[in-house]
Amino acid sequence: MWPTLWLLRIEVFYFMDILMDYICAFVTGGVLCVIAQILIDKTKLTPARILVLYVVSGVVLTAVGLYEHVVKFGGTGATVPLTGFGYSLCKGVFKAVDEYGFRGIFTGGLENVATGIVMAIVFALIASFVTKPKSKSR
Amino acid sequence: MESDNLTKLDDKKYEWMQKKRNQKSSLLKNCVMAFLFGGGFCVIAQGYKHFITSGIGVKFLGELDEAAVSAHVALFMVFLGALLTALNVYDDIGKHAGAGSVVPITGFANSVVSPAMEFRSEGHILGVGAQMFVVAGPVIVYGTFASVIVGLIYYLVSRG
Amino acid sequence: MAVKCGNNTIMLERPVHIINAACIVGQKEKEGPLGQYFDRFEEDDFNMDTWEQAEARFVEETYRKLLSETSGINEAGVDCIFGGDLLNQCMASAIGVKKSGRPYLGLFGACSTMTESMLVGSLTVDGGGAKNVVCITSSHFCSAEKQFRFPLELGSQRVPSSQWTVTGSGAVLLSSEGEGPRITCVTPGVICDYNVTDTNNMGAGMAPAAASTIMTHLADTGRSPDYYDMVVTGDLGSIGHALCKDILKLHDVNVTDGLYKDCGMLIFKPEQETCSGGSGCGCCASVFSAYLYRLLKEKKINKLLLVATGALMSPVSAKQGEPILGVAHAVAIEN
Repeated sequence: MWPTLWLLRIEVFYFMDILMDYICAFVTGGVLCVIAQILIDKTKLTPARILVLYVVSGVVLTAVGLYEHVVKFGGTGATVPLTGFGYSLCKGVFKAVDEYGFRGIFTGGLENVATGIVMAIVFALIASFVTKPKSKSR
Repeated sequence: MESDNLTKLDDKKYEWMQKKRNQKSSLLKNCVMAFLFGGGFCVIAQGYKHFITSGIGVKFLGELDEAAVSAHVALFMVFLGALLTALNVYDDIGKHAGAGSVVPITGFANSVVSPAMEFRSEGHILGVGAQMFVVAGPVIVYGTFASVIVGLIYYLVSRG
Repeated sequence: MAVKCGNNTIMLERPVHIINAACIVGQKEKEGPLGQYFDRFEEDDFNMDTWEQAEARFVEETYRKLLSETSGINEAGVDCIFGGDLLNQCMASAIGVKKSGRPYLGLFGACSTMTESMLVGSLTVDGGGAKNVVCITSSHFCSAEKQFRFPLELGSQRVPSSQWTVTGSGAVLLSSEGEGPRITCVTPGVICDYNVTDTNNMGAGMAPAAASTIMTHLADTGRSPDYYDMVVTGDLGSIGHALCKDILKLHDVNVTDGLYKDCGMLIFKPEQETCSGGSGCGCCASVFSAYLYRLLKEKKINKLLLVATGALMSPVSAKQGEPILGVAHAVAIEN
């Protein structure tokens, strides 16, 4: 009797842990998007400028050590928004500088985000062959 | 000198008149939608992360370290965004989601794939090839540049 | 011969009749409030490979429709074609009319091109240089988005002040002989710059120009707004329409909502998610050709002042921070 309950408790805790991961991801990602939405609606910044702002602030916040905390809390909620792109760029460059020294300044950033960019390029090229933009008349 | 006959109108007055007539979209509604969609994309990413770090996923990809996991998640999200774009769905999401579809990395994929599809009519070299990064280019340019500056400072500090 | 009257207005002396009008629109326009007046609509791609070719096809088919529906005139009877559109270097009009084998003069006045071409066309007929001229303009939502905004599949949100480019083409046939409402006087507009830089708010950029041209026209001719049964602006949309009324009121010109309409507001319903309303060269062209021309023909209105408005800007000028320059040309059409 007791051991079974004990196991059940572990199961519940485990489940709660996972659920918390999801909730934290949802909230962190949501908040980062809401900040961008407010910037779009309330300032004259165009979406393109906000994306640049996000990536650059991701790099800077990671460099000063702040964004690491956001990632610890939010998980994918912090890495999937574009600030996370900046986080990857910055982490990559730190690691490469540690490993390769001066050369790492130039290789580290892009190397760490290459998977996403290459995927986008390859998919875009394939998509341009097989699909067409659809008219928006409906 | 007045260039037209609107003698009682000047830039300042017209700006004020525009403010009075301006229609604002509902900030609250936009924010709620951005929160739900932006959070939603992150939950999907969390789900994929969960999948590749437990059970069946590990069998396929093996045990992954932290960097590899986040690379796999980015790969999946870019794929998802690109796929939804190619299926002509992402712009419909964007209409409602606002920043919620722009800020996640799926939006980055969307901004690469959509010009590639659009400029197909101008050929594969000068159309698709040249225009693919017409929207996403600035993100890569300034992100990379920022990482180089940060790397340079880090290099100098760690040396000194 | 035409005579100048007041500051900018030109009175036509010989009769210039609009003997016929034709238009072809897209699916969304057909579903709008004026749907019953559009007798032909097509899919946005019009079975062509590119949006630009589709727009050109709209022009070509509209031209053909106009000539085939007008009795007593054949291809060779057209002395000159005046036309324009929004694409770089007026590409759609040129491709669209190339098969006609008639002289073509390309005009660019952004969305004001319809009345600009009617203005130039009527002066040519009045001057005796031509007997029959065709004025034709077009716009296409997809080609305009591609040139001025973003790729169609990019997930971007429209702001409430933005407008929806009308897919369609409209054409009128002006002639010195025959039946139909007459163009009696025309007022070319001056360029108005009130430092509007928001490319998502074209209506605000063009409203001062519309008000300026209407006021010039009224002052030059000594008419009051009530002289007309309808004063119609091209594509200001709901915000621009309200601003134009505000500016007119500021200068003590009072127009009621019943008298003063806007093509951009007439062509779409609010439920169609077009934000502020329709825009583009095709907006004024199709609304006039299908709806207003019919009202004139059926004598439901007898005096119309048509004021198409244009935002003279390009993607380059917008990126360089140049303000949106507004221009509007007025054409008075009477039975």
